[in-house]
Amino acid sequence: MANMAQAIRMALHYAEKNYQLKDVFGQDVGAPLGGVFTATQGLETAWNSTLDERGIIGMAMGIAMAGDRCVAEIQFADYIFNTIDLLKIAGNTLWCTNGQYNLPLTVMTPVGAGIRGSVYHSHSFDAWASRLAGWKVVMPSNPLDAYGLLLSCILDPNPCMFLNPKALMRVRGEDLIPGEPADERDLKNLIDAPIGDRSKWKAKWPAIQEHLVPIGKAKITREGQQITVVSYGRHLLLCNEVADQLKAEGYSVEVIDLRSIYPYDWQAIKNSVLKTGRVLFVNEDTDVTNFGEHLCYRVTTELFYHLMAAPKVLAGKNVPGIGLHPHLEDNSVPQKHEIESLIREICAEVP
Amino acid sequence: MATNQFGDLDKKTLTQIYQLMVKSRVLEERLIKIYRAGESYFWIGGPGEEAWGVPLGLLARKGQGPAFDFFHLHYRCTPTLLSLGLTMVDSIRLMMNRATDPSTGGRNFSNHYCFPQWNVAPVTSPLEVQYPIACGTAHVQKRLGKKSITIVTGGDAGTAEGDFASSLILASRKGQELPMLITVQNNKWGISTSYEGQHGETNIADRAKAFNIKSRVINGNDPVETYIALKEDMEYIRNTGKPAFIEAHVSRLYGHSSASGANPVQNEIDPVKEFEQRLLKAKVITDDEAKKTWADFEAEGIRATEQARSEAVPTAESVWDHTYAQNENADWRKF
Ligand SMILES: Cc1ncc(C[n+]2csc(CCOP(=O)(O)OP(=O)(O)O)c2C)c(N)n1
Repeated sequence: MANMAQAIRMALHYAEKNYQLKDVFGQDVGAPLGGVFTATQGLETAWNSTLDERGIIGMAMGIAMAGDRCVAEIQFADYIFNTIDLLKIAGNTLWCTNGQYNLPLTVMTPVGAGIRGSVYHSHSFDAWASRLAGWKVVMPSNPLDAYGLLLSCILDPNPCMFLNPKALMRVRGEDLIPGEPADERDLKNLIDAPIGDRSKWKAKWPAIQEHLVPIGKAKITREGQQITVVSYGRHLLLCNEVADQLKAEGYSVEVIDLRSIYPYDWQAIKNSVLKTGRVLFVNEDTDVTNFGEHLCYRVTTELFYHLMAAPKVLAGKNVPGIGLHPHLEDNSVPQKHEIESLIREICAEVP
Repeated sequence: MATNQFGDLDKKTLTQIYQLMVKSRVLEERLIKIYRAGESYFWIGGPGEEAWGVPLGLLARKGQGPAFDFFHLHYRCTPTLLSLGLTMVDSIRLMMNRATDPSTGGRNFSNHYCFPQWNVAPVTSPLEVQYPIACGTAHVQKRLGKKSITIVTGGDAGTAEGDFASSLILASRKGQELPMLITVQNNKWGISTSYEGQHGETNIADRAKAFNIKSRVINGNDPVETYIALKEDMEYIRNTGKPAFIEAHVSRLYGHSSASGANPVQNEIDPVKEFEQRLLKAKVITDDEAKKTWADFEAEGIRATEQARSEAVPTAESVWDHTYAQNENADWRKF
C-alpha cells in the first residue's frame, strides 16, 4: 500500500503524462532530493526553484496566466505566510478581471504538527486558507484521497491549495490506488529513489489510472447515530480511532472526513447532524477564528432546533507556537483523549 | 527632415508616436476632469510617462498567448495601452466603473487595465507583485521557443520590495535565463517620499548588473531615445533568450493620484510638449496639425465620456460573479 508521499508522487506523474502538467517546482523539489518528504522524486517536470516563496507563488501565477498547468510547492506551510498577498491576488484575479483571467494552478504544502517539528515545522494553514476567496482548499487524510484530490486540483480551472498533513506522509492507507502493485515492496523498488548516488536512477512507474475525488465532497468514514464528528487531515484518523474504541462501550459515533475545506460539503454535515443532533468539529489550527468555528456557527444558526446538545469545536490553543518538548506540543494541539472526553460530554448532555 | 536628431525614425513613426502621446495626455486629463466632476471615486494614471509608454506599446509583438509578448504593467500605463489599441471609451468605462468596462467590469480603479487579447496582465494595486508573476509568463515563453518576451514595468520606490529582487534572481539564473525586459520608471517619487534618502545604489539599473543582466539608464522623457533603446533591447532578448533591464527617467506631472490632489506640477519636464516643440521646429508637423491633434482627441474624449456616462453600472447581485471559473457557486450559503 502506498504511503501519502508515494501517492502524491504518483498523482503528479499521472498528471504530467495525462493532464499536460508542465512544471512541478519548489525548494529541493527536483533532483537529486525530490522534495524533503520525497513526494516529487523521479518526476520528469520537477525542478528546483530559488529559495524564495514569493518567487515560487509569483511564477506559478505567471505560468497559469500563460496557459500552462503547474504544481508549486512551499516546503513547509510555516513559510507560506510571506506569500499571503500573492495568494490573495491569485484568488482574486478572475474576479478583478471580470472573468477574463483564470489561474489554474495548484500549491501544495505540508501542514500541521505531529512530528515534533517545533515552532516552525508545525503550523496549520486551513483556517488561513479558508479566508482566501477564489481558492479551493483540500486536505486529505489518506493516500488514496491524496491521489484523487491532487488530480482534481490539477484539473480544476481555479487556484487550488493542497494541504498535506506532514505527519501522514509515511502513513499507508487501506485502499490501493488503481494500478498500484499490491505488494508495497514492489512499489518501493519501482518509484523510491535509492539512497546514495541517484544520478543514473529513473523511476519505473506502474500503470496507474485516473481516480478523482471531487472537490467539495466529504466522506463518512464511520457510520453512527448518536453524534457527528467532523474532521480532516491528521485528526480524522484520531477521530476514527476514538469512534472505534467507544463503539465497544456502546457509543455510536459518525465520523465525517470533510476532505475539502472550501468549497465544503454542507449537505453531508447537515444530513448527519439532522440524524444525530450532536456535533463536534476537530482540527489542529489555532482556535480563535478557526474554520471549525464557521461550521459550528452554521450548525448553530441553521440547525438550532434539531440540536440535542451544544455543538463544539476542538482545535489548537491560540498560543504563539508549538513548543518542541512533547509536554508543550501535546498541550497545544488536540489529543485523542480530548476528543474522547468531549464526545462523552456532548453525548451526556440532556436538552 | 533632420533625421539625425530623430535617429532612424521616419516621419510616419514620429507622427504616430506624437499622436499617441497627445491622445494619452488628453485622455488622462479627461479622467482627472471626470474625477473632479464627482463622477469617479479615484484617479491614478500616467501623465509624464507618454514618451516611455508609447514606444513600448508600439514595439511589442502584440497578440494573445505565449507566442506573443506579455505585459505586466503598473498603474501609469495608459500610454502603452493606447499604443496597443485601447480606445478612450474603454479607459473611461474603467474610470467610471461601468459594467461595460472591459478590464474589470467596474470593479477596480482607473489604469488597472486588463486585456487578455494583447497579453496585458491585470494591473494590481499591490506594488511590485507583477515582477515575480512576469517570470512565470517568461518561463512559459522560453519553453515555447517562439522568441516572444515578457515586459514588466514599475515605479522606483517599489523596487525596495523583495519582489523586485526576486525577478532579477529568477530571470538571470545561469542556463535558465528568462526572456524578459525588466524596467523601472523612475520619477524620483513614491507618493510624498523622494528618491533621495531611500537609495544607496547610484542607479537602480546597477542592481541588474550584479546579476549579469544587460542594463542601462535612459531618458524616458525622450521618445526617440526610448524607442531606439527599447528596439535594441527587445531584439537582444529575442535573439539571446536573456533578460535586459532599463531604468527610464520620467516625469510625474499630476502628482501621485487624486489622493494628493491631481494638480499639475510646474517643475518637471513635460515630454509631450517637449516632443511637440521638437517636431514643430524640425517641421515634421505643422502648427495647425498640432492644434488639430489636440482638438480632435479632446472631442473624442468628450464623446467617450458621454457614451460611458449613459451605460449601465454593475448590479449588486453580481458580486459573486467570477469568484470561480465558469461561475461555479462560491457562496457557502448555497453549498
Ligand atoms: C505593496 C504596496 N505597498 C504600499 C502601497 C501604497 N502605495 C501606492 S503607490 C505608492 C508609491 C509607489 O511609488 P513608486 O513605486 O515610485 O511608483 P510611482 O507611483 O511613483 O509611479 C505606495 C506606497 C501599495 N500600493 N502597495
